[in-house]
Amino acid sequence: MNNSKPWIVLLAAYLAVYVEAWFDLPRKVLGAQVDLLTPLMVYAALRNGPGTIALLALFGGWAFDSLSLNPAGASVAPLLAIGWLINRQKYLILADQWEAQFALGLAASAAMPALVLMVLATIGESPLLGWYSLWQWLVVSICGGVVTPVLFRLLDRLNRALSYPVNRPLTFRPDREIDRGKY
Amino acid sequence: MERKKHFWIFGTVVLLAAVGFALPERVSFRLKAALSSIFLPLFGLTQSSERLLEKAGDRVVSRAVLIQENDQLRKQLEQLRIQLLEAQEIRRENESLRQMLKWQQQVPWKLRAARVIGRDPSNWWQAIHINLGTRDGIRPNLPVLTAEGLVGRVFEAAGDWSLVVLLNDTRCRVSALVPEARDSGIIMAGGSSPWGGTFVDLGFLTRNADLRPGQLVITSGLGGVFPKGIPIGQIVDVRRVQGMYLEARVKLAVNMSALEEVWVLMP
Repeated sequence: MNNSKPWIVLLAAYLAVYVEAWFDLPRKVLGAQVDLLTPLMVYAALRNGPGTIALLALFGGWAFDSLSLNPAGASVAPLLAIGWLINRQKYLILADQWEAQFALGLAASAAMPALVLMVLATIGESPLLGWYSLWQWLVVSICGGVVTPVLFRLLDRLNRALSYPVNRPLTFRPDREIDRGKY
Repeated sequence: MERKKHFWIFGTVVLLAAVGFALPERVSFRLKAALSSIFLPLFGLTQSSERLLEKAGDRVVSRAVLIQENDQLRKQLEQLRIQLLEAQEIRRENESLRQMLKWQQQVPWKLRAARVIGRDPSNWWQAIHINLGTRDGIRPNLPVLTAEGLVGRVFEAAGDWSLVVLLNDTRCRVSALVPEARDSGIIMAGGSSPWGGTFVDLGFLTRNADLRPGQLVITSGLGGVFPKGIPIGQIVDVRRVQGMYLEARVKLAVNMSALEEVWVLMP
């Protein structure tokens, strides 16, 4: 699978942030809101280049913070760090295997809240934390792992639908042509 | 060459993020308001869809159910009318007593209904989005409540929507009064818990205060943000902190996880 289109990733980020703000069911059922931006960053890191990763970190991070009490930019650096780390090793990762996608999604979703909280603590904010935050962290990590392969299937399919079909090579070989003459 | 390009791109993004932190609060807020405005079409779309679904659902409800609901609402309305007459009489008495004692007249509350259109997407802040903004006269620090009690205060107000920080968030501290014990304290977020939307802590109470479970907690009116008398909740238990003062756990009157419509107290 080749690179995906950057605008699809950014559009997905726009919808992901909105769904996180509007769709409250995971919070009511599981006690924590599921993070969709981090699995999207995992996808972008494995399917796209540094430009798309940077754009997703900037746009996704700022969009998330604009709907939250987070200071503007608090989510940008953690997203970028996750995307950059995965992108550096992308040629060593079996990006098309769902197990690898799940593992990366799980690890990234576990790292993201910790990184954002580190950023918030550094700038002097005091978010609401307690023992229950551990449960929320677990829920976010596992759900992030589950969502990542689903996102890969969905966005790969969308990319294929919006791309030119793969050009299959012809079976005709001019050096094997039987040149039939007059006799 | 490729690595150098990577470092340039990522370095630029980190720099932009750092610049975002260093921006003055007003500029940072305007940037956030501008970015959040891109989600307005989606919020509007979902609100319209929800209203359409509600209307469609109303058409399917049977006549018997509607008649029953109508009767219940009629009885409720009659009860409220009687209570209103009583409240008006109490108000007249209150005003004449205030006049006699030469006290300042109380200003009646002006309320504006708002719909909850979203929540803070992070798990460490407790905030909601409402569909009123600066164009509707909303400003930061306006109290937000429901018929059950206090919800929180407006934290940020953009053109068409606002962010309301809830009572169980660390950014919302309220001066509260326990009328039965004649003692006041500060309402603070109680930490993340499975029932985090239900309990808060009432701290800095005097160590000799006569506090008991079941006592009502209301806003004290101190601080100038929340007027006096808005219900906050009920005391659940009391504990001594470092031998110096008492701290009470308060069960909130409002269910913060089921908010759909709220009222903003206008100036």
